[in-house]
Amino acid sequence: MAYKNFILVCGGTGCESSRSDEIYRNLIKEAEALGVKQDVQIVKTGCFGFCEKGPIVKVLPSESFYVEVKPEDAHEIIAEQVVKGREVKRLLYQKDKSAATAKLEDIEFYQKQFRIVLRNCGVINPESIDEYIARDGYKALEKALFEMTPEQIIAEIKASGLRGRGGAGFPTGIKWETARKAPGDVKYIVCNADEGDPGAYMDRSTIEGDPHSVLEAMIIAGVAVGANMGYIYIRAEYPLAIERLKIAIAQAKEYGLLGENILGSGFNFDVEIRLGAGAFVCGEETALLQSIEGKRGMPVPKPPFPAIKGLWGKPTVINNVETLANIPVILTKGAAWFASIGTEKSKGTKVFALTGKINNSGLIEVPMGTTLREIIFDIGGGIKGGKKFKGVQTGGPSGGIIVEKDLDTPISYESLTALGSMMGSGGMIVMDEDDCVVDVSKFYMAFCVDESCGKCAPCRIGTKQLYGLLDKISKGKGEEADLDKLEKIGKAMTKASLCMLGGSAANPTLSTLRHFRDEYLEHIRDRKCRAGKCKDLVVYEIDAAKCIGCGLCARRCPVPCITGEKKKPHVIDASKCIKCGECFAACKFGAVIKR
Amino acid sequence: MAKMTLEQLRALRDSKKQELDKREVEGKDIQIIVGMGTCGIAAGAKQTFDGIVAALEKHNLAGRTVVRQTGCMGLCYVEPTVEVIAPDMPNVIYGKITGDLAEELVVKHLVEHTLLENHIYDKPAVDIVKK
Repeated sequence: MAYKNFILVCGGTGCESSRSDEIYRNLIKEAEALGVKQDVQIVKTGCFGFCEKGPIVKVLPSESFYVEVKPEDAHEIIAEQVVKGREVKRLLYQKDKSAATAKLEDIEFYQKQFRIVLRNCGVINPESIDEYIARDGYKALEKALFEMTPEQIIAEIKASGLRGRGGAGFPTGIKWETARKAPGDVKYIVCNADEGDPGAYMDRSTIEGDPHSVLEAMIIAGVAVGANMGYIYIRAEYPLAIERLKIAIAQAKEYGLLGENILGSGFNFDVEIRLGAGAFVCGEETALLQSIEGKRGMPVPKPPFPAIKGLWGKPTVINNVETLANIPVILTKGAAWFASIGTEKSKGTKVFALTGKINNSGLIEVPMGTTLREIIFDIGGGIKGGKKFKGVQTGGPSGGIIVEKDLDTPISYESLTALGSMMGSGGMIVMDEDDCVVDVSKFYMAFCVDESCGKCAPCRIGTKQLYGLLDKISKGKGEEADLDKLEKIGKAMTKASLCMLGGSAANPTLSTLRHFRDEYLEHIRDRKCRAGKCKDLVVYEIDAAKCIGCGLCARRCPVPCITGEKKKPHVIDASKCIKCGECFAACKFGAVIKR
Repeated sequence: MAKMTLEQLRALRDSKKQELDKREVEGKDIQIIVGMGTCGIAAGAKQTFDGIVAALEKHNLAGRTVVRQTGCMGLCYVEPTVEVIAPDMPNVIYGKITGDLAEELVVKHLVEHTLLENHIYDKPAVDIVKK
């Protein structure tokens, strides 16, 4: 006995709250009533990432995708689809053409995500070059070697509008062209895989899932700029990614796709891996090059830019992993195809590592122009535990917080910068009402203090000073004048730092100050942290009127500092309390108060 | 294989493409693909992989099935993830398949031909290579 149909009912948080459970039960009831129970299996699934149009019901194998389904629709779905084999047309998803995806109308899809960089991630075996080749792998290289001149390749990349995905958004085609035109007999291609922002793992996952796409792109870049040697600079704490890169390089060499006389074309290209020790500053291109040369990883002033004078003084193209992974697709599908995706100035897609207080954390790829609201509330399925959204940090320690009122901004390099944040490499950390902006700013500043290389004074001294001020405020010892100091020092660092580590280190502080000045003031004037994160400002107490003496809090307390007789109100010993909040979370009667 | 020429690369692509399209590798008609990026492995994908292999042996399905690894499918909140491609069944991505659920998955999907409830997820995007 085998089922003919499978009905999948979304059981994600969003759809559950719009009665998907009732739909599920009605479908089962209807299937029994109409005597087709044996023909159809009705199951609950995880989130489809399309919460805006929920509840979602999908029928397999016909792939019918129903949106905004109501419990009353169950009868029709069973009677029409299962009994008669006809789709319920009125419930089918009709694609509304938003600006970002209007030109993709030839592709019928319901998902918000669109995967160019991650096209092979989760599809192929990353340790099999054959599977990569089967999915049009190394086809772009064929074109680059046999059908196009280097000038044509560069023209194609320029026409595609591809911009650097490492954060700054510099047009990739122009970078290549500069390096091609730069005088020099030896040139280099470098892949920046030194991904260091807290909460970002796009590049690691891309390499782990599809290492050949990066290799292929580097060879193409070599053809375009006239380089015969490439380096992949990757942090040593990515062992699996390194292992898969090594396998990929060995396989490509065996097939003659790397090395001398590639595919009989007469072109030579080799790739080597360089391991970084995990310093954040080595993601900065000049510091990265210093590190490859075996020197201490510290930035040097620009210009000259690496495209003119880079590795060992030779013209060098440095591209980030995600930028490179786009290249083979641009050559196989054409610049026009690529340029049809995204916004006017930001073409293609962007990969984000969606983390924090979000239901569906994950690695996502969306067309540029998608709004943050779509990412957080559709793909991400909203905030965990139904809490209130507070902000989203993009660009990691170099970016800023984006708040509720700006969530409908279509994502592009320019729009995020205008909001006081930045695209960054693609970390996206969602915060809810339980997160404190002072605490978050302090965390990022502590990171920058650790990671500052110390070469220039604005960054070395500035980060330390800002951290001190933030620490003071978080302990309830701040003064109102400190806020002005934060801004003044922050602005000086932004202007005067040698590289973008220092130049952007103040961003989280400055942007939270702009959006949440009242919370900073609350910490200073009222000695209060509304989120309860700044431990020095929080006191936990038990409301004797509400406490029934169940003892749950006392059992959870790790110190322990809660005492009391059974069935009588308990007491917290404030002198021993470590303010972990376990009792607050444990109490079912709201008797533990956070002040 | 030794170094290839352009023609050999094209021929290899065509033959491998057919293999991937038919979804039959070496005469095996069932494919189980386990997401094994760092994230998946950290969530226990290796145990899942081993559990699946053991369950296939136990239920005499090993001869028909290829168990493969792949990178991150992007569904970090429900790792480990497993995709099952089998004849007469829709392609399904399962999430939160820890080692102890591996046998249940094999029995439900491949022996009983039913879906394993509460663990079904969806591919996050269309496949641009196939389109």
